[in-house]
Amino acid sequence: MSKYLLNKFLYTVDRDPQLVERYRADPQGTVAWWEAEQANVILNCPTAERSTWLTFTDGERAALASHDYVTLFELGAHNFLTLTLFIALFERDYAEPLGFQREYAQRLSHWSVPYPDIST
Amino acid sequence: MATVAAVIASTHHPFYYRASTSAGADRPPFADEWVAKIEAFRQTLTRARPDVLVMVGSDHFHQLWLDNMPQFLVGKAPFYDGNFYNEEREFGLPRMFLQGHEELSSHLLREGIDAGFDLAFSNELRIDHSITCPLITLRPGADLPIVPIYTNIFAPPMPQPGRFVELGRTIRRLVESWPSDQRVAIIGTGHLSLELGGPRQFGPHGPDPEFDRKAVSWIASGDLDSALAEVSLDSLWAPGNATHGFMDFMLMMGAAGANVKADYTDSLDLFHTMEAYFTWYPEEVDAP
Repeated sequence: MSKYLLNKFLYTVDRDPQLVERYRADPQGTVAWWEAEQANVILNCPTAERSTWLTFTDGERAALASHDYVTLFELGAHNFLTLTLFIALFERDYAEPLGFQREYAQRLSHWSVPYPDIST
Repeated sequence: MATVAAVIASTHHPFYYRASTSAGADRPPFADEWVAKIEAFRQTLTRARPDVLVMVGSDHFHQLWLDNMPQFLVGKAPFYDGNFYNEEREFGLPRMFLQGHEELSSHLLREGIDAGFDLAFSNELRIDHSITCPLITLRPGADLPIVPIYTNIFAPPMPQPGRFVELGRTIRRLVESWPSDQRVAIIGTGHLSLELGGPRQFGPHGPDPEFDRKAVSWIASGDLDSALAEVSLDSLWAPGNATHGFMDFMLMMGAAGANVKADYTDSLDLFHTMEAYFTWYPEEVDAP
């Protein structure tokens, strides 16, 4: 399990407007590209000094590639990162203010505390 | 020595800016009451006539990241840019530019480290809405130099609540020992019960009104004993999965002093979360 890497994907996509749009339009292709090219980049180091060991599990990759925020919650991805990025992806598709955020809550309504552990 | 002109604790609601500046059909029905409360709260800082602001907040995964995560960090830079692309995108927050106060930053770092807090520091820090929101509410002209202090209320493992209280006490003591004639306001923002990215988010009230009622009572009365007895890193998950931001309120209770009643208390029950505003005056202030 690589909660850190899930979070790194959410974090690096969320902070880049072009990547947000790319991930919205082509989640499967964006996740494949990101895992191959970006997953091992240490954010404060030159790209040549990259890590060598970071990969998604099959379940993590599938959750990201299908925009499945319920599974991301259950895998222990950081709740703030997931929410922030998915608002950027999908809030625009809902006519009512906070419509997406409320549907998001509803789709997690089978959960009560304790929630999945977000510790990394 | 420097004077602590005010100690101020507040929630930081990133929707305030948009709510307060919107008009017509876009203006939410609660905006007028919210603006009135904020303008009254703002007066409590204005009355204190501060020269410099110590601003306690928490980076929301903007500049600080899991590959190198500080627990407590003090900014020491001549200037700070404020707000990030995703805060413009989601909240409509404006880009901001603040002057720093390197002398006070240096004092807090040197003396804080020597007092037992191994504080991280940053010489190039972009501040996020945990610090820009209270500037927008309390000092919208953003005309005073700041010293930003970041705490980790976000990424486990976090420091214990008691450590936040102790840091607040230490910041207060260090400001009072700063050899300067400046008037310093210590301002910190956190959360009451809050849920983000979970099933209780964006409800008609905060996720745990009972916790909010108790928390407001603890803060208003300076009841650190009760807060410390009831709050732990584990217990804070129950009122809402982002409620660890309450530890920044506990830091401010430490700065205000045990059992010191707030001179000003207000709150506003909004959708999603309760707003709460507190001001302590360590010295007499002029009447409004």
